[in-house]
Amino acid sequence: MEQKLYFKDYNEALKQNKILGLKCRACGGITVPPKMACRQCGSPDMDVIEVKSNGKIKTFTTVFVGAEGRESEVPYVIVIVELEEGPWIMGNLEGIDPKTASMELIGKKVKMGNKVFPGDKYSAGESVRPLFSLVN
Amino acid sequence: MKKVAVVGVGETKFSGPQTKTEVELFGEAATEAIEESNLKPKDIKALFIGNALGDFEEGQGMLQAYAAENIGCLYVPANRYEGACASASMAVRDAFMWVASGYYDIVVAGGVERAATMGTGLATRTFAMFSDARYEYPAGVTFPAVFAMLTYLYADTYKIPLQKLREQMAKVTIQSYRHGSINPRAQFFGKNADMTVEKVLGSFVVCTPLTLHDCCPFSDGAAAVVLASEEVAKKLTKKPVYITGIGQASCGPLINQKEFLPRIRAREISSQQAYKMAGRTPKDIDLCELHDCFSIASLIAAESLGFFDYGKAGDAWEKGEADIGGKIAVNPSGGLKSKGHPIGATGAGQVYEIAKQLRGEVEAGRQVPNAKTGMTDTLGGDGGTLVNMIFERGW
Ligand SMILES: [Zn+2]
Repeated sequence: MEQKLYFKDYNEALKQNKILGLKCRACGGITVPPKMACRQCGSPDMDVIEVKSNGKIKTFTTVFVGAEGRESEVPYVIVIVELEEGPWIMGNLEGIDPKTASMELIGKKVKMGNKVFPGDKYSAGESVRPLFSLVN
Repeated sequence: MKKVAVVGVGETKFSGPQTKTEVELFGEAATEAIEESNLKPKDIKALFIGNALGDFEEGQGMLQAYAAENIGCLYVPANRYEGACASASMAVRDAFMWVASGYYDIVVAGGVERAATMGTGLATRTFAMFSDARYEYPAGVTFPAVFAMLTYLYADTYKIPLQKLREQMAKVTIQSYRHGSINPRAQFFGKNADMTVEKVLGSFVVCTPLTLHDCCPFSDGAAAVVLASEEVAKKLTKKPVYITGIGQASCGPLINQKEFLPRIRAREISSQQAYKMAGRTPKDIDLCELHDCFSIASLIAAESLGFFDYGKAGDAWEKGEADIGGKIAVNPSGGLKSKGHPIGATGAGQVYEIAKQLRGEVEAGRQVPNAKTGMTDTLGGDGGTLVNMIFERGW
């Protein structure tokens, strides 16, 4: 069985600041990122939709110890964002000094841009990361 | 289904970078377990070996075949298990099922890892491979980052002031260090016994709000156990430790666990399977070796396992309720944070500790008095693989 939405297409859409998701015909649940089966009910009967890319921060951290090959990126802020339509996605937060990130960020509204992680020798190519910024 | 007993256990010292190969480390642990069982390698019908990252650590794949031959287990089946930090617990659980089924009567299960030998950069990169490579790693997620994000989420969910939570987490670290400091097999044996809340909070920040002392070390080491059917076990030892309950559950990336976080749903399902099978409840458990890869991970685990109410585990640690003499003795070995965390071996190391505790064979300062029922809890990835097992005295 073909998957309705593949990583490649999801990734290309992110480059246009668009998030593609899957809406389940059986239960109405929205699945992001792509999967073969609905995260809620397991049905494969889903339609590809565009999900709104704005949301609010659920949690975050400022990373001071990076993985091999990414040492020069630290310190950086990772955020988990709850999108307006429900799914959570992981990305980075720009536009603030990472060293000042505090729990006041939780609940703050964000909008999404993107930045390409070029990949490393293990990653089978590039992946786009959502790059969020605070909405005033 | 047959009853299955742990009849012998073995373990290397868990340590920082060292020079023994993974095959050699596993051999040390496995032969200790086989000798303790009054058996010979030729008696072993199959091997089940956890090893998460041998390919990166030594350039060695298919380690299980070499590890079997090294100890003189010739031409028997040997399987490798990869479930990140839960690899060895998966191996023990599968080994249990093969013996319970009656297919084998005597098997070895265990694990080995040289995570410390990789160094911080490669270890951090390869551990991050257990997060979602496509949808999480691009943002630079690391293992400490996962638990750092869970820490803020925990504080926000249960409305605990961050400073208070961090002090409670420091108490977790201090308890683990105290027990590990008198465990000769622990990486931090003889170390960190005088740790204070101030020192924990003031140490180097890895990922906010986690400091170095909130995190377990990278470790090298191996552990192994011999499992046997009841009829064989009775002939081999006066103190068989029966595995009375097992559970295992899987889950996708952290972001897909949104309905439950900071609870780890796979752990709740896995532990309920184990409790149900054993006919036990959390109140029946005398000691638990749980997956404290980070101080916050202890609180999250103890709640999902049913030992404390959600959001209350920190209070329990402060009151000593999670210590020896409290409601439940958690990690009298020192746990991952102090005993060490050679990821592919960790679960078997937990079983080693439970067996020794039930037999009353550990150092007096960390022996749980009259321990009859013990539990293990091992987490792989960010909740991707959970294994729980319950052990009881057979005498
Ligand atoms: Zn559905």
